[in-house]
Amino acid sequence: METKNKQQIGAFGEQAVTDFLIKKKFEIVERNWRIREGEIDIIALNASDIFSFIEVKTRSSVAFGHPFEAINRGKARRMQRLALAWLATHGCLGCEYQIDVAAVLVAADGTPVIEYRANLL
Amino acid sequence: MSLAQTQSVALMGLDGHVVGVEVDIADGLPGYALLGLPDAALSESRDRVRSAIVNCGEIWPNRKVTVSLSPAWLPKSGSSFDLGICICLLAAHETVAAEKITEIVFLGELSLDGRIRAIRGVLPALIAASKAGVKTAVVPVDNLKEAQLMQGMEIIPMHHLKQVLRWLRTGERQYEQEIELQWENSDTRLDFADVAGQPDARLAAEIAAVGGHHIMLIGPPGTGKTMIAERIPTIMPALSIEQALEVTAVHSIAGTLMQRSPLSLLAPIVSPHHTTTRVAMVGGGSHVIKPGACSLAHYGVLFIDEAPECGPGVLDSLRQPLESGTITIARSIGNVTFPAQFLLVLAANPCPCGKFTGRGRNCTCTSQQVRRYLGKLSGPLMDRIDLRVQVEPVGRVDMAKPQLGESSAIIRERVIKARAVAAKRFESLGWSLNSQIPARALRTQFQPERTAMNFLHDELDREHITARGLHKIIRTAWSFADLNGNKTPTMDDVTAAHNLRGKIEA
Repeated sequence: METKNKQQIGAFGEQAVTDFLIKKKFEIVERNWRIREGEIDIIALNASDIFSFIEVKTRSSVAFGHPFEAINRGKARRMQRLALAWLATHGCLGCEYQIDVAAVLVAADGTPVIEYRANLL
Repeated sequence: MSLAQTQSVALMGLDGHVVGVEVDIADGLPGYALLGLPDAALSESRDRVRSAIVNCGEIWPNRKVTVSLSPAWLPKSGSSFDLGICICLLAAHETVAAEKITEIVFLGELSLDGRIRAIRGVLPALIAASKAGVKTAVVPVDNLKEAQLMQGMEIIPMHHLKQVLRWLRTGERQYEQEIELQWENSDTRLDFADVAGQPDARLAAEIAAVGGHHIMLIGPPGTGKTMIAERIPTIMPALSIEQALEVTAVHSIAGTLMQRSPLSLLAPIVSPHHTTTRVAMVGGGSHVIKPGACSLAHYGVLFIDEAPECGPGVLDSLRQPLESGTITIARSIGNVTFPAQFLLVLAANPCPCGKFTGRGRNCTCTSQQVRRYLGKLSGPLMDRIDLRVQVEPVGRVDMAKPQLGESSAIIRERVIKARAVAAKRFESLGWSLNSQIPARALRTQFQPERTAMNFLHDELDREHITARGLHKIIRTAWSFADLNGNKTPTMDDVTAAHNLRGKIEA
């Protein structure tokens, strides 16, 4: 696999996580939902029918820290706002929901290693 | 299991509390929360612990780490929790067996590469741990000497985090050579033989050492006041082991064991400069309450040179510890009591220019200046000074003498003998020094000879001495009697005591 730029790495990671989620019996509702405030990478219904808003962070090495470390308090709070915005625009405000984070580390041979943490906030 | 627990010790003055260290590693965003009222130095432990773990080739858990130091209400300070937190974190991360560490106390600061640095207060911390029933403690190698004073506990000295981990994982432990307890009992650098002449001051110093009487030396500059004061510890008896432990504990908290060996039996001497503050003198501080000069001089000598130059209130802050032998410091975070049983030695010039001696012919001060100068020492403080000695300029006779004065060793022998006599006399009475005889006992069982008593009563009637002065003179007289081998103070003993007290009226 030749060198990719940042967008390509990100898209690759998101696709890898989507495949991973489908295997885990998630139902993908929407991907890359974007409004002015930001973007939600993946919106899915998990196995117990709860809306999961998933942020995917992909990195090709840990030289600059683990992917999870890139998600700070501010980012987590924005995720929360975005999740509520999505629920509001889709008429589901008041539904149960959770915020998940997936870290994707791309190994040298191109295989993604996924770490998934559910219900963070 | 992502939960582990071990122990460390928090100090509040000399009192230690065993602190439970708990670490929980939970799913969630990477983060680190430290609970249990940490101060700034302790909050920084996060970065020290993290660097030490990574630099020792261990894995830092990229999850939500919660560290709790309990009891949560007790304010905790300093860097001594680093090692405990670090080991507990690795146990919670399951790289160390969690069940192994629950009964062990860990003390030590970590450097970024994992070395374990010395900390303050190891001895009081171990005493507290031992009282709480802890059997094993890991301490920094540099604190080993002090830590070994703690008997009945397994002390494991460690110099590096890697060494601790190897021990916990394999049981293998590089035994540090056990240091044999070698008490230090003499200081050859200072000796009374160095002091030329000054028979009065020498005698007063000896009496002070015998009875624990506070002393003031007054004289012009360059006559040897400081020399004499610095040598008083060399003629005081060696501390008992219990006393030495107390002294070492106080110095351990103050962090002054670099200057004073933890195994020293010598009476300490502390000489704060006259610009010292009240807090430095009696102890204090808002976050960590540290002992002051008067506690560092516990069982030893507190020497204040140029006493009248001290700031207002500094010397008077010593009145309470002079009376009770302890000092209680109250701050918003709590009250702390330190021991402060010291021999007070004051030195002063007779006047601002320093030349008011003999007939005072060279003195350039006005008579009012002279009066005011020593008047700066408050009456209640001066009342507690039993011996007030003029130190005269040394003449050519003394300086030219080829033979030296008596050495400290000889004087110390006499002091030890005299103190033993006094200790035997007071055996069942709860005190051991002549300066500690209560007033009631002075009027009943510890009266001097009748003739001497008559003399003192005459002096009292003439208003040459006060009632309290009379008691002070009798106490000093007992020290003379012990030194001279008299069963009760004779007329000579009493006049000698009277002379040493009466010469200077401040």
